Amino acid sequence: MNAFKKIRNSANKFAINWARFVIKNKWYVLIASIVLTIALGLQGTMKFDGDYHVFFSESNPELEAFDALQDKYTKDDNVILVLSPKNKNVFTRENLMAIEELTANAWNTPYSSRVDAITNFQHTSAEHDDLYVDDLSYDSKHKSETEIKAIRDIALKEPMLVNRIINKAGSVTAVNITVRLPGEDSAVEVPEVMTSVREMVEQFQQKHPQFEVHISGMVPLNTAFFEASMKDMGLTGIMLLIVIITTFLLTRSLQSTVATLLVVLFSIVSTVGFVGIMGIKLTPPSSVFPTMILTLAVADSIHILITMLQKMKKEGLDKYDALIESLRLNFMPVFITSLTTIIGFLTMNFGDVPPFWDLGNIVAFGMTMAFLFSTTTLPALVAILPFKKRGVKLISKNSGHTLDWYRGLSRLVIGSPIMVTLISFGLIGGLTYLSTKNSFNDEFINYFDTSVQFRSDTDYISENLTGVYNVEYSIGSGESGGINNPEYLKKLNEFEDWLYHQPEVVHVNAFSEVARRINKSMHGDDEGYYKIPETREEAAQYLLLYELSLPFGLDLNNQINVDKSESRVTVTVKNLDSPDMIAFAQRGEDWLKRNTPKAMHAIGVSPMLMFSKLGFRQADSMFKGNIVALLLISLVLMLALRNFKLGILSLIPNIAPVLVGFGIWALYKSQINTGMVIVFGMTLGIIVDDTVHFMSKFLRARREYGYGPERAVEYAFQTVGKALITTTVVLVSGFAVLSTSSFALNSYMARITLVIIIAALIIDFLLLPALLIITSSVKRTKKKYTSILYYR
Amino acid sequence: MKKVLLTVVLSLMIYTVAQAQDRGLEIAKAAENADLGFKSSVSTLKMVLKNRNGQVSERALEVSTLELVEDGDKSLIIFNSPKDVKGTSTLTYTHKQGADDQWLYLPSIKRVKRISSNNKSGPFVGSEFAYEDLSSQEVEKYTYKFLKADNHLLVVEQYPVDPKSGYTKRVVSYNKDAEYRIEKIEFYDRKNALLKTLTYSGYNLYKGKYWRASRLNMVNHQSHKETLLYFLNYDFDVHLTDDHFTQNALKRS
Repeated sequence: MNAFKKIRNSANKFAINWARFVIKNKWYVLIASIVLTIALGLQGTMKFDGDYHVFFSESNPELEAFDALQDKYTKDDNVILVLSPKNKNVFTRENLMAIEELTANAWNTPYSSRVDAITNFQHTSAEHDDLYVDDLSYDSKHKSETEIKAIRDIALKEPMLVNRIINKAGSVTAVNITVRLPGEDSAVEVPEVMTSVREMVEQFQQKHPQFEVHISGMVPLNTAFFEASMKDMGLTGIMLLIVIITTFLLTRSLQSTVATLLVVLFSIVSTVGFVGIMGIKLTPPSSVFPTMILTLAVADSIHILITMLQKMKKEGLDKYDALIESLRLNFMPVFITSLTTIIGFLTMNFGDVPPFWDLGNIVAFGMTMAFLFSTTTLPALVAILPFKKRGVKLISKNSGHTLDWYRGLSRLVIGSPIMVTLISFGLIGGLTYLSTKNSFNDEFINYFDTSVQFRSDTDYISENLTGVYNVEYSIGSGESGGINNPEYLKKLNEFEDWLYHQPEVVHVNAFSEVARRINKSMHGDDEGYYKIPETREEAAQYLLLYELSLPFGLDLNNQINVDKSESRVTVTVKNLDSPDMIAFAQRGEDWLKRNTPKAMHAIGVSPMLMFSKLGFRQADSMFKGNIVALLLISLVLMLALRNFKLGILSLIPNIAPVLVGFGIWALYKSQINTGMVIVFGMTLGIIVDDTVHFMSKFLRARREYGYGPERAVEYAFQTVGKALITTTVVLVSGFAVLSTSSFALNSYMARITLVIIIAALIIDFLLLPALLIITSSVKRTKKKYTSILYYR
Repeated sequence: MKKVLLTVVLSLMIYTVAQAQDRGLEIAKAAENADLGFKSSVSTLKMVLKNRNGQVSERALEVSTLELVEDGDKSLIIFNSPKDVKGTSTLTYTHKQGADDQWLYLPSIKRVKRISSNNKSGPFVGSEFAYEDLSSQEVEKYTYKFLKADNHLLVVEQYPVDPKSGYTKRVVSYNKDAEYRIEKIEFYDRKNALLKTLTYSGYNLYKGKYWRASRLNMVNHQSHKETLLYFLNYDFDVHLTDDHFTQNALKRS
């Protein structure tokens, strides 16, 4: 007896003993698993985190740069309310009164620190030696027609307002609420702000039905993240239903369905406990974990049950014997496929996006529990529940024509393996080439599909008023008070002008504009003085005067630092995709390098830029993780099959589906997001199962029965063909459910996973057998030992 | 019978409310009275601004005040640093009723500009002090409600009369054992959330009657920024007159 056989035997013996133990102690096992589930489940909490910051690891350099900028000026988020009066003219007494009222109410928003509107814009004007600084439209109720006309003329010429607070036509305006969240618990603070804003807007619309209101901004973005998490968690219900139906259709047994359902529910409840114990706050990517666990865990149960039922029906074994036999045959495959899946999910930790670390760890834990429950609770339940022996013929009837289908497929491959291989390689090659045509795009607004209110409101705003994306530069002067240096101001002014000449730019908010405006007001509103002041003292003293005239909340602290050594330039841009966004920010940085002294050089930062670079950063960091996943999983495969050559060969059907998936994606969308970066490691752990099963059956036929490669392929088709289709159907339905998510990080990930899983099955049915035939054509000595992997 | 009871309860409530208002006003008046008669004073100040990272920026000022009884006080502030604004000065006439008058002298263009603004709620030279926190505290600028007595501290809520004020209320703690000097003020913003706390410390007694704090610390709880105001000295023997508080005087300062 050789060493391999020993292992096989010991593995078999272990599985048999395991099964016997479980059957003997069925009640204890069941009670123990219930107790374990309840104990874990009681620790469970479902906390959500909607703050967009969760997508960035603490060491993320873009986040660090953005935080540094916010620390220098003000750290805040916003809610923008966009008002579109039906009469297409903001400047009527009635409309201005309504806006004034809304602005006043907006100050009551929790954590608000500033409210900007057309009415409270601090308009500066001069009369002789007096400087007037006042709300553009205060007490609108008592304004005459001529005054309102004057307000309109001022507003539509004011660079601080046009394309930011009001559109060029004067038909759409905004009230921008700046909030300063304490950041202690975003799960409390964000909904607090949003509830208050939504109530305020509702009351406003009841009182002033002439306005259409759209809501966007960073706080609504966070809310949309929150709501996406909850909604995607809701998909669990649909998946549960699919699991019930699928299990019932495949097993035709109510008891089996109940047992399976309990196993997956136990797995999920325990995992919820894990989430609570680890203190993980759920985010949209990690909130899909119940659906994922359902999808992946149900396969284990189904394999064990189908084998058992078939042993009972076809071979007429009684329940306990069939159960022991089923566990003997399935224990190792279930263990190995669970292991590879867990490895695949754990490699998400290599990435740079924390929500995916959570997803990976949660699902990995869930799969561990699913393995445990399917090999303990499931057999215990089956042992307890009554299963009747039924007629032998029932199943074989409907498998009759499918068998023909497998035979046709195997004939095709056996008949012309080289042809199949060449065509497959051609297609894979072509799609691989196409897959390089994908480009990263993490426009976070587009994470939400158009069915989400936040997305449609935001689209409305970018179409009708202003851009929703921005880039910010903190431009230093190199000395305390240096922002009043005319040299600095002139360079800043040039930068502002240059920015306005860029086609992407919608609006620029720069301190040079403030300097010009005050200079003009200090010279009797003479347009000739709408330029940078001549001397540093003038600039500094005008600024002092101006700052003394500003009201609460409308100061310049968000634009200049305390030391007056740096000022902030905020560039609002059109909707750009990630590569364009990065290129634009870079162009700004380059301009500063070429045209300004060293102190003024600055890097562009903003949430949009952080997201734009996220995909690239994730891809870079996941690259290592993917290599590790590939190595580990190949190693597991080699050990399982105990064949180095086939282990290497398996790389082809394991890697090719991902390439095919991304190739097809290039034809479909050609833009990929951060969520899709993880699919390589994740799908590898899943699709490798197909290869393992097919190859192990092929090997078994060669080794045990001494079949030639062609017959061995045929044997593999007959034995595992249906099982592979079954698991693929379950996986496809699970990911199909996820692909309906309105959140693109999840739906795109699920869609490409769908493609990859289907591609994997096709490749395993065509290319893999063809390769097996071609590579085994050299005559080999018959060996008697076989894989530890059995399948039925 | 029920009606009578209700009337009694209601009138009792109204009475207590009215009493709290009266008591608050009384305390504010007592504080004002205690400070009466100082006539004029000059002091030099150092203002230290800190942001949430602890970055610091300093300003040096000189403040002269002239006491007026029938209307609000007059004051003159001269900026000595930063260098760019050296010599810039502001002249303010506070009024018991209506908006204050304010002028600014800009040495760079050698002209006096009148600031016509109702805005008193913005930050004073980028600090956490609003102009309204620093201007003369006239009794008429607030309505009052007595809150509680806490040992030697009398706590009064004050509601600004000016609709453009940045606050809904201030909670002021007076020290009844020390001529009703102010120990602490809490500022509540427009949504009635605690915005800032101002703490007075290092009190000295001048001329045996006038308490003046040498250190004012304003902490913004929302932005986590902070401003310290150090009064380096007080001079009550300068004998300033109206002539020192005119637009011409502003240019000379």
